[in-house]
This record gives sequence, C-alpha cells and structure tokens, in this order.
Amino acid sequence: MNRTFTDTAVITWRNLKRIPRIPELAIFAILQSIMFVVLFAFVFGGAIPLPNGGNYREYLMPGIFAQTIVFAAATTAVGMRDDLNKGLLDRFRSLPMARPAVLIGRIAADVTYNAGILVVLMASGYVVGWRVNTGLPELLAGVGLLLLFALAMTAIGVWLGLVVPSVEVAQQVSFTVLFPITFLSNVFVPPQSLPSWLQPVAEWNPVSTLTAATRDLWGNPNPYVGSGLPGQQPALVTVLWVIVILAVFLPMGVRRYRNMSR
Amino acid sequence: MPAITAEGLVKIYRSRHSEVHALDGVDLVVEEGTVLGLLGPNGAGKTTMVRILTTLLRPDAGHATVAGFDIVREAQQLRSVIGLSGQYAAVDENLTARENLWMFGRLYQLNSAESRKRAGELLEQFDLIDAADRVVKTYSGGMRRRLDLASALIGRPRLLFLDEPTYLEEADELADTIAVIDRGKVIARGTADELKSQVGGERIEVVVHDRAALDRAEEILARDGSGQWVLDEHTRKLTVPATGGAGKLIEIVRDLGDAGIAIDDIALRRPTLDDVFLALTGRASSGDDEAAA
Ligand SMILES: Nc1ncnc2c1ncn2[C@@H]1O[C@H](COP(=O)(O)OP(=O)(O)OP(=O)(O)O)[C@@H](O)[C@H]1O
Ligand SMILES: [Mg+2]
Repeated sequence: MNRTFTDTAVITWRNLKRIPRIPELAIFAILQSIMFVVLFAFVFGGAIPLPNGGNYREYLMPGIFAQTIVFAAATTAVGMRDDLNKGLLDRFRSLPMARPAVLIGRIAADVTYNAGILVVLMASGYVVGWRVNTGLPELLAGVGLLLLFALAMTAIGVWLGLVVPSVEVAQQVSFTVLFPITFLSNVFVPPQSLPSWLQPVAEWNPVSTLTAATRDLWGNPNPYVGSGLPGQQPALVTVLWVIVILAVFLPMGVRRYRNMSR
Repeated sequence: MPAITAEGLVKIYRSRHSEVHALDGVDLVVEEGTVLGLLGPNGAGKTTMVRILTTLLRPDAGHATVAGFDIVREAQQLRSVIGLSGQYAAVDENLTARENLWMFGRLYQLNSAESRKRAGELLEQFDLIDAADRVVKTYSGGMRRRLDLASALIGRPRLLFLDEPTYLEEADELADTIAVIDRGKVIARGTADELKSQVGGERIEVVVHDRAALDRAEEILARDGSGQWVLDEHTRKLTVPATGGAGKLIEIVRDLGDAGIAIDDIALRRPTLDDVFLALTGRASSGDDEAAA
C-alpha cells in the first residue's frame, strides 16, 4: 500500500512537471475556452436573449467551465498514448513498481491540471462580468462538482489513450466525440430550441446537468429547467453520471493496461 | 543457478487476419556471470524473447525463469533484479536526465536519497554531468541512448537486458556465448569459436597468376592442405581447408615458389560470425540482443 502511494506520487510529480515545461499546452487550452467566451459573450450573445432578462455572460460561464472540463479526456488520452509510443509505459512495466500507480498518477495529475485551468478561466470570467451570487460554500461545491466530473473524463481518457493506435487518432476521436456532446447541451443555447427528439439527449447530457448544477449553486441564470429528474436534480444526476462513467471506464482502462502483456 | 532458463517458449501474435509465430518453442540456458549474444535476422523473435524475459509479455506456452524467478508467477520479484534498455530510448523527454534517473530509481524502490546519489554516480559514469539539468528533449540521439542505458542500471540490476542493433564483430567481442535464433527457434548455441568451427575451420585462398599453372598449384594444395580444394575458374582462386594457421600459409607459399608458380594473392581466412550467420540462416544478421548476467 505504501508502495502504491509513493509510486503514485512519483508518477503524479512527473506528469505535473510537464505542464510548465510545455506551457503551450495549458496556454492553448485556456485560449480555446476564452475564444468561446468571446464568441458567445460578444458575438452571438446579443442574439440569444434570456427570458426574464438574465445576464447572458453569467449564464454562459458555467457552461464554458463544463465544456473545458469535458476536454480533460482529450488531454489524458493524448498523454497516455504518448507515453505508450515513447516506450515509457514499457519502462514502467519493467520496474518493480505498484502497477496501478501509472494510471492513478496520470489521473491525479490531469485533474490537478484541470483545476489550474479552471482557476484561470474563473478569473477570466470575472473580468467579463460573471459573478458567484451565493457564497463561498456554494462556490467550492460547484468547483468540487466540476473536478469530480474531470475525474470521470480523465478515466475515459486513460482508456481511450490505450486503445487508439496513435496520438493523432486520440486527438481526432476526442474532438469528434466531445464537441457534439458539449453542443448538444444547455451550454450555449436553450435546449428547448432543439428538435424534440434531441431534447431528452440534451436534458440527460452530463454536460447539461453539470452546467445546470453549477448555475444553480452560484445563483447564475438557469432559465430552461425541465420537469424531469435532470432538470430538478442536476447535481445528483451529475454525480450519478460520474459514478457510472468511473464504474465503466476505470476497469476497462485497467484491463487494457494489464493486457498490454498479452 | 543459471541466470536464465527457458523451456519451450511460444509466443503467437494474433490479429484479425493473421497469426505470427514469433517464438516457436525456444529453449535456452544462460549461466550467471556471462554475456549472451542473441543473434538473428529481422523478425527472428529477439525482441519478443527479451520482452517475455523482462515480464512485458506473457508467453502462450512454455516456462522461463530469470535469476530463479518465474517470469509469470514471480514477475514483481523478477523486476527488482533486472534492468532493461529497449529498442528505443524510453526516457521522459520533459524531464532532465537527473530527474529521469531519480524517478526510475524511486520506482525501482530506492529511497529518495539513495536514488539521488545513484543518479549522480550514473550521470558521471555516462558523461552526462554537463547536460544533467537540461530537459532530455534537447539531447542528441547518442545522449538519449546513454541516458536510457543509465536508467537501466539505476537499481544495480543483477541482469541487464539490452535490445539493440549490434554489429557481429561487436557481438563476437562482447559475448561469452551466442545463441542464434531464426523464425522463433534457437538454431545454434555455443561460443563464437564453436560456432565458427561448425561452419568450417580455417581456409587458405590462393589466386594463381597464370591459368596454365592451375593444375600444378592444385597438386601442391592437395598435398599441403587438409581437405579437398575448390577452384573458382573465373577468378583463378583456389580455396583449401588448412589447419596449422600461419605456419601452413608459409609452407604453401614456399612450395608454390619452389615450383615456380606466380601468385597474385594468398590469404588465411578464418570464418567470421557473418559466415556462421549466412550458413545457418541464409540471411545476413540484423540485430543482437544481449543479456548480461
Ligand atoms: N505486436 C506485434 N503484433 C504482431 N506481430 C508482431 C508484433 N511484434 C512482433 N511481431 C512479429 O513477430 C516476429 C518477431 O518479431 P521481433 O520483434 O521479436 O523480431 P526481432 O528479432 O526483434 O527483429 P529485429 O531484428 O527487426 O528487431 C516478427 O515477424 C514481427 O513482425
Ligand atoms: Mg528487435
């Protein structure tokens, strides 16, 4: 157990070291999110009126946070695949280290990395007028929910990184799957504007529930509440999603890692 | 106790369309304190063999032990006595050399202080002190290879596995014993000298200047040599097996001189590992994976 802990710490350390050494990665991750803020807050925002005259930027920011967290899966998949390609996973597997440390260390580092990105984005949000209208506990609860979701997304990323044939494919798959997921949600537009057969998808979409939950927690406008469970209990549904994703993808990732010796 | 024992190792890579029998029943024993050169043409199964012995792959059949540990059942104990340097430099490009070595030392279960000390020693040994605190991304290929090798040595392993292309002359010099592997099977085993004598011992080659003198030269070689001569008509080259080395060479030169036969060239040829290789596999060697115990 002690071995698992120290080895995980060492792997986490080495994954975190990478961040300041390739600052471009973090910078462009943040810029991508800021681009969305700029696009929607300043370009499309005026054309998307909220009922009851809510502040669109306060409505938008929680969605941007959720969208950014969804892309944690891509970061993790690319990092994992890169380690595999460079032979580092082989090196780790030839060492007398705790087996799960490579995967846990990757997840721990990537969740930490996303926490950092979130802090920068929240500061940017503040600049364009986003506010937490409740208190510190609600702020922290919202951040906790986002990071919990980051945990689920990195678990998907670990598995994805081990199954795709190359870093490029990891990137391609992530973006092809993740962008539609973030758009089929309540992040940018009211879900009621979607065709009726897509509405349940958007309603149950974890990106929607995560966004709705943080909007509620922070007192940001959340005008399109559905009458179903995801609309009424977005935080609960988000936590359920996290549990389901972890229960499915963690074992799949672990099995994939173990089967590298097949 | 032998450093490595392998019995009937089989590895089949299966994909949707094909099955590759990378190892097809490999038996091998390597004594402790020796260097084994595992030679074979491309795709012979050398890397597969190394990956199985270092626990990266499980065999489909057969047994093997490394330092007395079963490669499947005692994999973790086994890992704590081996070092592996693979086909490419497996180091973290975003860490410095010192950080890499420290990390691998920690994962080898050295404590932090030990790990730091060992890293310092290896950086010095491998002449990486000046670049020690630069990220590996900025290293040349040769520096990366050195760091990779240093990483394999971080835990003072009892057994070192090196999977890298080597020239046969190098293998001849470094390896105490050699195993030749082809199509997943060990087809020859022994010291370099033993393998060479299997192919044939020393030969003397004479290029006769005047075609008309060939008959008389053949008579002399038949008498002085220790086997049947062979003539290459086109180049007027006569080859004859000869034991006795340089002394025999001198004797033949003298006898040819006495008979007034002019020669363009004469040489004593010992078989090289290349000859061994060509004779055994019909192909040139590609690589060399070594296990030093
Ligand atoms: N992951 C894999 N999937 C399918 N086939 C494989 C795989 N790895 C190796 N092979 C095949 O198994 C055989 C043995 O490969 P191996 O890498 O062990 O050869 P090698 O002796 O190391 O060759 P080289 O001298 O080129 O390094 C080859 O035919 C190779 O194509
Ligand atoms: Mg090879």
